[in-house]
Amino acid sequence: MRLIHDGASGPTALKPAPATAGAATTAGAAGAAAAGAAVRRTARVRRRATHRSVRDHILHALPCLAALLTAALIGFLIIYILVMGIPHISPDLFSITYNSVNVSLMPALINTVLMTLLALAFAVPIGLGGAIFLAEYARRGNRLVGLIRIAADTLAGVPSIVYGLFGLLFFVTMLGWRMSLLAGACTLAIMILPLIISTAEEALRAVPDAWREGSFGLGAGRLRTVGRILLPSALPGILAGVILGIGRIVGESAALIYTAGTATSLPTSLFDSTRTLSVHMYVLASEGLHLEKTYATAVVLLLLVLLINTASVVLARRLSRKVRNV
Amino acid sequence: MQKSAGALRERLAFIAFATAATLCVVAVLLICAFLLINGLPTLLREGPFAFIGNTTWQPATDTYGIFSMVVGSLYVTAGALVLGVPLGLLTAIYLSRFAKARTKRLLQPAVELLAGIPSVVYGFFGLVVIVPLIRQLFKVQGMGILAASIVLGIMILPTIIAVSKAALDAVPSSYYEGALALGASHERCVFSIIVPAALSGVVASVILGVGRAIGETMAVVMVVGNQVRMPVGIFEGVRTMTANIVLEMGYAADLHRQALIATALVLLIFILVINLLFSLLRKKARG
Repeated sequence: MRLIHDGASGPTALKPAPATAGAATTAGAAGAAAAGAAVRRTARVRRRATHRSVRDHILHALPCLAALLTAALIGFLIIYILVMGIPHISPDLFSITYNSVNVSLMPALINTVLMTLLALAFAVPIGLGGAIFLAEYARRGNRLVGLIRIAADTLAGVPSIVYGLFGLLFFVTMLGWRMSLLAGACTLAIMILPLIISTAEEALRAVPDAWREGSFGLGAGRLRTVGRILLPSALPGILAGVILGIGRIVGESAALIYTAGTATSLPTSLFDSTRTLSVHMYVLASEGLHLEKTYATAVVLLLLVLLINTASVVLARRLSRKVRNV
Repeated sequence: MQKSAGALRERLAFIAFATAATLCVVAVLLICAFLLINGLPTLLREGPFAFIGNTTWQPATDTYGIFSMVVGSLYVTAGALVLGVPLGLLTAIYLSRFAKARTKRLLQPAVELLAGIPSVVYGFFGLVVIVPLIRQLFKVQGMGILAASIVLGIMILPTIIAVSKAALDAVPSSYYEGALALGASHERCVFSIIVPAALSGVVASVILGVGRAIGETMAVVMVVGNQVRMPVGIFEGVRTMTANIVLEMGYAADLHRQALIATALVLLIFILVINLLFSLLRKKARG
């Protein structure tokens, strides 16, 4: 009889890879159901057989309480913002121009979309190219690869305020772009670069080697293999990373305050100052004048980010299912 | 003829991809270079140890010392760890070894969700919920180390949980089975065998949490009070390095501006050390 730790978590223990825990396939669940009954029986036997002291009960209660507290915190945070904000969402919050009476978030929302598109236009080609190099072109033990990895890891850990300061010194001051859409987008592009690279590389590496060999065997070159075979099949994973990057851009504020500025109007050129929704939210919250509108803005921002992140998770899950079916 | 055209295309593609990959390195070098060039003069003028060790920050008299802010950052980060690490680790243990499949399917995405919430929303939540709560409970002003620690404690939860859980999941099942065969209970196995076996991963999660907490700006600015002074109590306000930059960069000029950049340089050095520790630990964890 196979030993499985807790009766209830039997199906999880049966699965080979812990990384796939979140996405139990229906096929797996069906198979596990039968095994689950047997597991529960042995668990019951085991529980009677082993002596459970007071200490065991405490050690059991602690993680359960902690998980409960974590869940309660998450629930309270999100529900509190929603409950306080939704009643204050009004049509004038979405007026096309901002003034201090309607406190419209519409210009900021449009700016967020523009900023995101522009930042992605820089970050995605570079990040994808870098990932292709790391996953498909670089030879093992290549010095450059080690250096690139260290650099990407470093970039991933740099706080966003440092990015903001760098953007201010380089794009805004030295290149003379002033606080602008372009300066903000370039700063954000550098910020999400490591994320794009690591997720795209992982997605490329998840493509089975047999596909590469098949393509090479049919006479395709490396570039054609990348373009026709690898990129299409790694697409969900790459997209999941890009969407995660969008989530970070939309939520970012510290890197933007001194690179894109806080102008409330819509930009007419790449060199106009703009504020994104997060920066708008920060300005509102620190002014403290329009508490109700701030709650409403928080709801819009929160829902937007949650939607984006959920889309990423769904895509990543689809990828892992696809790879498993191969 | 056709073959050489293909070879040329391959060559060009290789160069393009390699250039894209190298841009990461260029970005890191640029960031370091710009902070060094702009921050180093002040650092040298004040003397690096005086700059970090002096508690007086008075732009009006051109006196720049960031010691109180370094200590402020460390206090707030320590507070976040005290609150976030036990909760996060225990939740990770629950998710990895105690949770039913269905609970796990609900709780895990919820934790991931927490990671995606923008820092301004956390800051706002701190401002409208946590600060008033502290004010009522302890009859103090409310903004201060405790409020910032609570907000940061919640913010580092997803990092702690995800990295610790991965480490706990990676412990070979033979460890668990061996302990069980020797008659240990499930709880005993988890806490005496699995958690110690995953220790380096858990420590790595804490280090990553430190990096996130010390670098967090907007959420902290909104709840920490921002007074430039040495910490006097957990209910009183301090200013962190990140808050200092974001608060004063808007109007700073000349020497004052350089001093702020030097602050960012010190912050970056902290982060680089933390990153180094993390990658060393990860290397060790992999064996």
